[in-house]
Amino acid sequence: MNKISGIAASAGIAVARAFILEHPDYTITKTAVQDAEAEVAKLNDALAKSKAELQVIKERTLAELGEKKAEIFESHLLILDDPELINPVADKIREESVNADYALNEVAGQFIEMFENMKSAYLQERAADMRDVTKRVLNHLLGIHYVSPAEISEEVIVIALDLTPSDTAQLNRKFVKGFTTNIGGRTSHSAIMARSLEIPAVVGTKDILSRVKSGDLIIVDGLNGDVLINPSEAEVAEYTKMQEAYDLQIAEWKKLRDEPTVSADGKHVELAANIGTPNDVNGVIENGGEGVGLYRTEFLYMGRDKLPSEEIQYNAYRTVIENMKGKPVVVRTLDIGGDKELPYLDLPKEMNPFLGFRAIRLCLDRQDIFRTQLRALLRASAHGDLRIMFPMIATLGEFRAARDLLLEEKEKLRGEGHEVSDSIQLGIMVEIPSTAVLADQFAKEVDFFSIGTNDLIQYTMAADRMNERVSYLYQPYNPAILRLIKIVIDAAHAEGKWTGMCGEMAGDSTAIPLLLGLGLDEFSMSATSILPARSQISKLSAADMKELAAKALQMGTAEEVAALVHSINA
Amino acid sequence: MQKTFRIIDEDGIHARPATALVNTATKFKGTEAYAEAKGKKVTLKSILGVLSLGLEAGDTLTLITEGSEEVEALSALQEVMIKEGLGELHE
Repeated sequence: MNKISGIAASAGIAVARAFILEHPDYTITKTAVQDAEAEVAKLNDALAKSKAELQVIKERTLAELGEKKAEIFESHLLILDDPELINPVADKIREESVNADYALNEVAGQFIEMFENMKSAYLQERAADMRDVTKRVLNHLLGIHYVSPAEISEEVIVIALDLTPSDTAQLNRKFVKGFTTNIGGRTSHSAIMARSLEIPAVVGTKDILSRVKSGDLIIVDGLNGDVLINPSEAEVAEYTKMQEAYDLQIAEWKKLRDEPTVSADGKHVELAANIGTPNDVNGVIENGGEGVGLYRTEFLYMGRDKLPSEEIQYNAYRTVIENMKGKPVVVRTLDIGGDKELPYLDLPKEMNPFLGFRAIRLCLDRQDIFRTQLRALLRASAHGDLRIMFPMIATLGEFRAARDLLLEEKEKLRGEGHEVSDSIQLGIMVEIPSTAVLADQFAKEVDFFSIGTNDLIQYTMAADRMNERVSYLYQPYNPAILRLIKIVIDAAHAEGKWTGMCGEMAGDSTAIPLLLGLGLDEFSMSATSILPARSQISKLSAADMKELAAKALQMGTAEEVAALVHSINA
Repeated sequence: MQKTFRIIDEDGIHARPATALVNTATKFKGTEAYAEAKGKKVTLKSILGVLSLGLEAGDTLTLITEGSEEVEALSALQEVMIKEGLGELHE
């Protein structure tokens, strides 16, 4: 069989040659050398080769992507010529009689640390440039053959074990037609990035890396979650046709970009997008998002060596809020801990990370971290319609404690002369069954609910969605889940409040009719799911869906519910 | 020879202008060029040195040239500062 099934992570179909992306091992050991001059010569040789390489990349980038993208390589070239870097490395080799790779790594490490400790976010990011340059020279010193994703210059399908955030940030949409990874799910970082870059992707293809070699022809079918290795001509033709049909469909959807979201019988709902970084806002606007329903702030904290300052956070939040031009932006406060680690926080390993010290629990304990984030958010609120929500709330006491900290910081900021909005809506994520059950009490104190279905399903069914042996219990259409959702929506409406959903379920075409019928006010999803969802809702009658949902609530299994929904399309 | 500038670019001295400054300074072989800010003085022939100053909008930066072509070097550097929209002359 030349077909491997995985998880459809980003829609579309791509056909291109395979590019295997593997990360080399940069373990460096300190070794005593006899001939220091020979080691310095090795260093100079590696520097010269790196420069020659960069020169080629720079010129190619200039020709293909323009001056702005090429500038980065120009500054990399200058670093390789920099006496402040080269001389100390050579001195170290001579004075300590050590190997060149060790000396380089040590000296470069000092610069990396210096950049990381800088006040300006821009300069902090230069640490990544320093790392890139260092690795390039180390490749030559250590005899490693590595091509980074940024250097890909022909149309390929990238195949990797997993893609790190820095890999995905470097992917050039012009050349990378699609990707597939051995591991990952629909909600893994690489899947989220693929959707925001609008590159077809299939993740969780298990052993694909061992079955493909560079240059094999690959089809990535991000619509159905299939990958084909060395397909026949007939298969290529078939998938090319599918791609054409999909392109036509997209063109139809694009017409709805500036339209409101209204059902066939006139009920309005709001379609918003989930984002991870300020850059994702472009995709939200291009795809006709009516707001940001979930801004995950974790990425600000990840991939660095210390906590982000108030200033760094303020700039990020403000950028998102300003670019959304008055449309609502729901920011989720730090949701970290448990399985999402931050190395610099030095949290102990837990037996049950999903039931452990994470999200709001960690924030209420580490108030230094939480207050910094709240201050940055409050300051950013002056620039648009900011809404704040707290993740993983299990008790009303937790919500009150978080709200009180927010109010304290608000007073302090005003005392310091900062402008803070008077109308910040304050909500919670409903991810824990206790909170859903007690939603009527919460609804008296919060401004809105946002249902986080990934976790709500996991906690309700008592099954870790990452554990393959029990993942069959991840059942969005299980009537138990639907009943919890109904409790939450009804409780909110009874108090005149609104309910959104920011889990994967909100963009799922099988769930949408049910959620519309249950009265959900806001659906937040990947930006690329918005237009298909708007098109689907425009064809549904909210009144009919209310009846459909009522029937589903009385059913016994998820399969019955799915069959019911599919019967309306038949 | 020296001249002081106030940084006006919102991003401070970032990689592109720093690259332009270093490339310009390097052209004048027989002339030393330095950047001084926040009590720290670095050679203008090192991009890492220039970036290490961590200059942000509002900071002041003094460019210093010493040697046979100090006049030409300083005027070339000033041109970079102005052309890149980096800073304005601080009297």
